[in-house]
Amino acid sequence: MDMNKERNTVKRLSRLRRHRAAGPVLLVFALFTIGTTFQVASAVNTTTQTTADRSAAIEEGRQLFLKGCSSCHGINAEGGVVAPSLIGVGAASVDFQVGTGRMPMADMSQQAMRKTPVYTPAQVNALALYVASLAPGPEIPGDELLNYERDGSIAEGGELFRTNCAMCHNFAAQGGALTKGKYAPTLMGVQPVHIYEAMITGPQAMPVFSDKTITPEEKASIIAWIKSVEAEPQLGGAALGRVGPVTEGLLAWTLGIGLLIGAAVWLAMKAR
Amino acid sequence: MSNQLEPIKDPGLPAHVHRRADLDEKYAKRAETQVAILFLLSALGTVLLIVSYVFIPQDIFVFIPVMGEQNVHQLLLGLGMAIALFFIGAGLIHWAKNLMPDEEVIAQRHEFRSNDEDRAEFVKTVKAGASTAGLGRRPLIKRTMGLALGLSGITPILLLRDLGPLPGDELTKTSWKTGTYLVTDPGDRRIKASDLEVGAVAQVLPELAEGKDHHSLNDIAKDALLLIRLRPEEFNLDAERLSWTHEGIIAFSKICSHMGCAVALYEQTTKHLLCPCHQSTFDVTRAAKVIFGPAARPLPQLAITVDEEGYLIAQAPFNEPVGPSFWERSS
Repeated sequence: MDMNKERNTVKRLSRLRRHRAAGPVLLVFALFTIGTTFQVASAVNTTTQTTADRSAAIEEGRQLFLKGCSSCHGINAEGGVVAPSLIGVGAASVDFQVGTGRMPMADMSQQAMRKTPVYTPAQVNALALYVASLAPGPEIPGDELLNYERDGSIAEGGELFRTNCAMCHNFAAQGGALTKGKYAPTLMGVQPVHIYEAMITGPQAMPVFSDKTITPEEKASIIAWIKSVEAEPQLGGAALGRVGPVTEGLLAWTLGIGLLIGAAVWLAMKAR
Repeated sequence: MSNQLEPIKDPGLPAHVHRRADLDEKYAKRAETQVAILFLLSALGTVLLIVSYVFIPQDIFVFIPVMGEQNVHQLLLGLGMAIALFFIGAGLIHWAKNLMPDEEVIAQRHEFRSNDEDRAEFVKTVKAGASTAGLGRRPLIKRTMGLALGLSGITPILLLRDLGPLPGDELTKTSWKTGTYLVTDPGDRRIKASDLEVGAVAQVLPELAEGKDHHSLNDIAKDALLLIRLRPEEFNLDAERLSWTHEGIIAFSKICSHMGCAVALYEQTTKHLLCPCHQSTFDVTRAAKVIFGPAARPLPQLAITVDEEGYLIAQAPFNEPVGPSFWERSS
């Protein structure tokens, strides 16, 4: 009985599928879906345009803050025993820390590390707006500052990087160690906006690089250089993490000398 | 008499143990084939090297686990050469160990002195040669040749002059003078005190003197500064050192007092400056006091102030030589 019923339903469905109108109806449905999805997605960028939307986003940010951040940073972002005050850190700081997944911290170790962000871009934006509404601070750099391909010079960026950044982040931007378990992270795969924000806000152990000592054009050059290093192929064989003598030495001392010892043992063994 | 020990007899060489390849032609044949295979592998390696050098374009990349994206051309060149050289060695070792004669042979040392006959013959030959060349008859040649050979021997001694001249005051002086402007490195822009936020750093060089268009490396190696801005209340300095700062801005020589590396790893949270070479750590709030590592002296601090327009200038030159210790250094 049941089987028969099922078979009938399937039959009816397959008849519908072969219906003349099925094609056009599906097409209209698909176009409608794509259209509305695009509208919803692109609406994210325009939410902050009007004042009303802005205050709504700030309110949303406040709610997110109370839920996710206030236990360490305080109900009014005034800071606490384990976390600094967020008054005056600016939207750029929030966008960097939350947008790269550093905040919320996974554990109370020496340093927050980059990980998959917990919040969506819209939520990060709301949080940033809320914190920026507490006191003025560095703003999220706009697209006009991030056009590094047009405004940046790779050669100049390399010179600036070697003087200002390479001592901590390594000469090929691969990151390096600091004191007591802290470290300067690798810059590979970091979004240009986050590189820019790090320079103007000085997150964690990093100092601030003001716009007057390193101009916005020079910052674009630094980003252009980092992106060119990222795109650079390994033409000379295995780069071994591009950290220089440490991994090269490790490989030579273990694999190279290991091979030599093996050959020496073989040489000294008596043939039977 | 009875408790006198028998001297231990020279046991001589142990009896020679023959290898299987020495006794059985079948094993010898097998070892021969093995050596030949090793040499053939080496030949294949060279062929691989030639093929990858000539035929494989340089812009092909392939993903290899652990190593990541690798350039095929370079990878095969390296592999080919490694295979070619390694298997030549392996073949030689295998051949020597299994097939070449391995019986111990004793070769007695002979006396170093030649026999009297040979010695007399040698003296006669030298004397005959000298008289044919006419050294005794032509003293001019003998003397000028002596002069030429003797002088040419002096050359290496002369080159020792390159160890000098003495540096004079080069090691104790920098380009910083009273009133020298601090400029950004690179960029050479003057810096206003207001350009730096709290927590900011700037890499700094002295403004170029009139008539110079670039900083020479020798100058940079002595003049480079790190400018750091803290909250003024964070300083823990005596009155004199505090007067060398300006509204929380403090300037240190970037040249490590240990071995001269550029000390510029500044941790904003701990206010520590770290040298990347040997991990000497300096506390910025206490005039770069050494708190860890091999450095023996704090980094020299440059006294800074501002001119009437608010640009940062040097109050005075460094009061001590920058960089690592040297023999004539007074402190």
